[in-house]
Amino acid sequence: MSRFQMSRRQSLQWLGLAFATSAMATELPGDSVYQLRVPLTDQHGRPFDWASLRGQPVLASMFYSSCDKVCPMIFETLHLTLKALPARERAPVKVLMISFDPTRDTVPVLQRTAQAHACDERWTLARTDEASTRKIAAALGVQYRRLSNGEFNHSSTLLMLDLQGRIAAHSGSLGSVDAALLKALHHV
Amino acid sequence: MRCSIPPWPALLVCSASVWAAGDYVAVPGGRFESALPQGPVSSISTPVAIAPFQLRAEPVTNAEFLAFVRSHSDWQRGRTPALFADARYLLDWKAPLQPGAADAAPVVNVSWFAARAFCESEGARLPTWLEWEYAAAADETRQDARRDPRWRQRILSWYARPGNTPLAAVGGAANRFGVQDLHGLVWEWVDDFNALFIAGDSRTQGDPDLLKFCGAGAISVIDRDSYAVLMRIALLSSLAAADSTGNLGFRCARSVDGDLP
Repeated sequence: MSRFQMSRRQSLQWLGLAFATSAMATELPGDSVYQLRVPLTDQHGRPFDWASLRGQPVLASMFYSSCDKVCPMIFETLHLTLKALPARERAPVKVLMISFDPTRDTVPVLQRTAQAHACDERWTLARTDEASTRKIAAALGVQYRRLSNGEFNHSSTLLMLDLQGRIAAHSGSLGSVDAALLKALHHV
Repeated sequence: MRCSIPPWPALLVCSASVWAAGDYVAVPGGRFESALPQGPVSSISTPVAIAPFQLRAEPVTNAEFLAFVRSHSDWQRGRTPALFADARYLLDWKAPLQPGAADAAPVVNVSWFAARAFCESEGARLPTWLEWEYAAAADETRQDARRDPRWRQRILSWYARPGNTPLAAVGGAANRFGVQDLHGLVWEWVDDFNALFIAGDSRTQGDPDLLKFCGAGAISVIDRDSYAVLMRIALLSSLAAADSTGNLGFRCARSVDGDLP
């Protein structure tokens, strides 16, 4: 490898770094959900900051793994929504699923759930502590309550977050593709 | 200092005038039947165990909230991201560091996020709905006065009062737990305000809307005669976390084991 190539690669890296730094320096909009700082862990056990999703369109929802009724339909509906997008629009979309149930949804459980619902690397299944879970639900406008038998009642809300983490569209319909979500994804 | 020893040992309940704002009283645990169903079958009441907790004797006042925004400038009006507080946040204040009403009046026009941040700043949290409902079921002498029609009427008469009169100072009569102003002054945030979703009878099984809710589906209310409680639930469940309204304040709670929920 010649010196010239090295320096060119280095300068590209520096350019990339400078670009990333300037993007981060742009102030986050006040209504971005990423204003909320919460300690999340993904299905691989990696801690992550959801603000790292900034710059990408995100489909988001909340779930719990032991749910056998509506939650599988949330996964299914998100798969349908992704399939309904032209490949070019689908490519950058990330999916973020946050658990209501941090006690039982440990990292291995999240990993199994991801496998069971055919979630590829586009998908992040995440958990956090109880208080942060409540804050995330509040920021996303999702309602949930734990019942005395350990199950959860929750609203089935699918959200589309724009590049800055603002809620661009939300949907409560499951089993079919919601035109509002598709439209928001088209307009990214 | 006027204090009295209530039936449970080791808990001192003092009369209203001696509590400085910011004091917490110990609320003993107990079994409690909520107006909201707690079990998987939404039409059947499931009594639940309430763990002992501590509750602020009084709602948080304007003076206390002013001290908080002085030391936490991120929470001053105009500096808080829209995600955490809407445009009505502290709207009644004359300036970001000047309350619009009396220092001893309860702070209102605060969002859930702001209320939570205040409580976190004193090592506390917001009470859960069950904790609030449990504490608010007591009158001056009984731990659970909810079956008494006269008590219900007293609470309802407050709701019938016009809403445009200035809020009184905190410091009403203490209930049997030593907690004041749970009724008669302001509505209050609870930590799990977004857990109280209720639905009318039409949205039961077989309804397509059932899919909007996972698990037991739509929630109904067990005790339909508790109008005052129903109004609280209806108000809280209609709110978003950034909402601020002119008659909604808060108080904080602490778990006895020190854990935050």
